[in-house]
Amino acid sequence: MAAEHRPRLTRELVAIRVAQELTPGSTVNLGVGLPTLVAAFAPPEANILLQSENGILGYGGFSEEAYDQDLINAGGQPVTLNPGASFFDSAASFAMIRGGHIDTAVLGGLQVSERGDLANWSVPERGGGSIGGAMDLAVGARRLIVAMEHTTKDGRPRILRECTYPLTARRCVDLVVTDLAVVEVGPEGLTLREVAPGWAPGEVAALTEAPLAVAEDVREMAL
Amino acid sequence: MTATFYDTPDAALDGVSDGARVMVGGFVSASSPTNLIFALKRRGTRNLTAIATNIGFGDRLDELCEDRQIAKAIASFAVRASSARASRFEEQYRAGEVELELVPQGTLAERIRAGGAGIGGFLTRTGVGTQVAEGKEVLSWQGEEWLLERPLRADVAILKAHRADRLGNLCYRMAGRNFNAVMATAADLVIVEVEEIVETGELAPQEIHTPAVYVDRIVRCDPVEVRWDGR
Repeated sequence: MAAEHRPRLTRELVAIRVAQELTPGSTVNLGVGLPTLVAAFAPPEANILLQSENGILGYGGFSEEAYDQDLINAGGQPVTLNPGASFFDSAASFAMIRGGHIDTAVLGGLQVSERGDLANWSVPERGGGSIGGAMDLAVGARRLIVAMEHTTKDGRPRILRECTYPLTARRCVDLVVTDLAVVEVGPEGLTLREVAPGWAPGEVAALTEAPLAVAEDVREMAL
Repeated sequence: MTATFYDTPDAALDGVSDGARVMVGGFVSASSPTNLIFALKRRGTRNLTAIATNIGFGDRLDELCEDRQIAKAIASFAVRASSARASRFEEQYRAGEVELELVPQGTLAERIRAGGAGIGGFLTRTGVGTQVAEGKEVLSWQGEEWLLERPLRADVAILKAHRADRLGNLCYRMAGRNFNAVMATAADLVIVEVEEIVETGELAPQEIHTPAVYVDRIVRCDPVEVRWDGR
């Protein structure tokens, strides 16, 4: 394996890079796990409207104060509200999601294929797994960013020609941000846009199973 | 028809029988009908099909698995991708002792909505090309593939709201509407625990989330603290 001594991005740094992708004023849903960290790194002046599929539009960060069990995000964690926040029921929430009213969803990932298929809910060798809102978000959000580790713990690529785990949705991913790279999914396949500091495009490609075109202006992530 | 009021959650469950399909409102800790869940446990009703967005993810619904009262769950969160911190439901599922129909959360909400709204089915792109599509009809429309999903109803719904009036109108608190407001429309018998009962007319009409027409039984209970992390 190439250059395994070089540090990969921490989860926080991946979240910081994802936060740079959020358009000011946009409506964003952050999935359970690493994506929830993005909430902390979106600049307040960007006025991002965070949606949580259990029925909140306009939540703030995680609540450090008094615990209110009726004010939680989709991961069950207590959150705060920003001015202008609203509540709605689950049917209305998913109508919002499937109806194309969410600009960007950020989901965790286990595997992404070269066509942008996503697998993120079940590891067959472990059995089980739960779908939650992931399938609806994957088909409904206008733009889908997947935040994940570039390889498995034992070094196998997660960006593949074909997903081998059960799919969340086909052809749904627009951008993959990993601890090594920013990869764009286009009609012609995958393009390596950015690499983690200290990593060369070829080293990232060597840890990627799917063909990876290197962008002419490929650069180091600015974090 | 106006709602009937009960003194205890146990009394409010009168007539709920073995084999019932029971919708359980709430989302993890938010407006979960925990007093009614505990009453269902004390009642010992068995062979239940539980319809809930989550079971064993910080909620107390999982406690019905202690005495194996649940035979099947229809849920969006029920089993973790790793067997760390396995719930009772998950242990029984992995042992092949309970049945699970895993449903995408939005499809679950819309199936219940359809069930309560007299809609015979709907088309969604959610689940196309995945395990969820197995055994379902796929239709082409406007150049895309859509899954035909069918409505979902239950014999009983147990729900939690914040306030009710004497007619049976309900208001939820914070993010408490979630599945409660949808399930209120889709069960033959709708039983609701509330924190407060007020006189009819005291709830502002524009603030009523669930109109009284949907509600059969109400019981006032102090809320049970539920931690999202299951502590």
